[in-house]
Amino acid sequence: MTEATGGQPPEAAVAAAPGREGPSAGERFINGILPENPIYRQLLGMCPTLAVTNGMQAAMTMAGGVLFVLVCANILISLIRNLLKPHLRILVFTLSIATFVTVVDRFLAAYMYEMSKQLGPYVPLIIVNCLIISRCEVCASKQSVPTAIGDAVGQSLGFALGLASIAGVREILGSGSFFGIRIMPAIWPDWVIMVLPPGAFITLGLLMGLVNWYSARSKGSRG
Amino acid sequence: MTERRESMKDNYIVQAWLVILLSLCFGGVLAGVQIGLSQRIADNKLAETMGQIPQLVPGAEEAASREDEVAGQRVYRAYAGGEQIGWVIPCGGQGFADRIELLVGVDVAAEKITGLYVLEQKETPGLGNKIVEDGWRSQFAGKTTMRGLAVTKAGAKTDSEIDAVTGATISSESICQIVNQSLEKMRGGLIAAAGKE
Repeated sequence: MTEATGGQPPEAAVAAAPGREGPSAGERFINGILPENPIYRQLLGMCPTLAVTNGMQAAMTMAGGVLFVLVCANILISLIRNLLKPHLRILVFTLSIATFVTVVDRFLAAYMYEMSKQLGPYVPLIIVNCLIISRCEVCASKQSVPTAIGDAVGQSLGFALGLASIAGVREILGSGSFFGIRIMPAIWPDWVIMVLPPGAFITLGLLMGLVNWYSARSKGSRG
Repeated sequence: MTERRESMKDNYIVQAWLVILLSLCFGGVLAGVQIGLSQRIADNKLAETMGQIPQLVPGAEEAASREDEVAGQRVYRAYAGGEQIGWVIPCGGQGFADRIELLVGVDVAAEKITGLYVLEQKETPGLGNKIVEDGWRSQFAGKTTMRGLAVTKAGAKTDSEIDAVTGATISSESICQIVNQSLEKMRGGLIAAAGKE
């Protein structure tokens, strides 16, 4: 599965106050978690969202990897943001992201061998996660380093939350366990389909519908 | 005309200086990481291989095992009480998604499989990657190496049949093929060595 950054990434929730460069570090952080949640609001990073959410362990290790790569990439891009040429910026983003992902991959293989074996196929997927390239584009290439860090951590937490919601449902219904520990009664027939790819689409669709229904309802009651 | 083209070329290189510089820096960083960590990664793999020998050849002592070569492939002799009781053969081949690397334990005559371990795989999470689970791997113990192993979906009955992983027939077949090929080579090597003695 590959992804493309289709069009401009949405920059919605908190509009920049007039006279300022953009949202502050705190605003970026808060926005990333729920108002601009990467999965439910921006629909970015759908590839890992669908592919690695059949268990909580895999999903959370994925979220940890994304956190590291996103923070590093945002810091670096923010530091060199005044040197970037508009038509070469995507190339620089991809180059940086791929480097950090490779460093993570080698580091895991050397110092956390068991974890690295478990993550194996998931680590290279971080390179094509367009959540990261989108944050480099939207925030890090335009704002200062502290703001970029706030943004990276907030978005990563939002991503982790999104992955956890899908992986939790899929692992409990599909394997009857949570973080690998059996929690459903022995009589529970594991719904194998929830572990297979269709389960990812069904869960994501239903949860997305729930989130939209809830936000539409709370908007309605406010207005 | 040539002058103009050359100034364009100059221009592109000038424009791309950051990309070039970053590529060099990143290349250097990755080379450094690779140099610094490759030995450790190789050690991890070797430690994992050695650590698996007592499970792959039941009764073998990890400390007493040593590396050897049979028919051009790297193997490990598994010893217990000073006597060789089996072999551990590292082997690999194409799986469904990517290369699969295995360790196969056999008895000293290489006539019976005593264990199977998956060192590396990138099979489909949730389906093909079930090949790493104990429950599936344990059925290899006790299978014969005299006839090639075959995958079945109807429940293994003979000592050369292997139950496929549900939803991952290709991964299962790949493993049987890798095991068959490497054992055939191993047995050929042993017979040739015995003939020489």
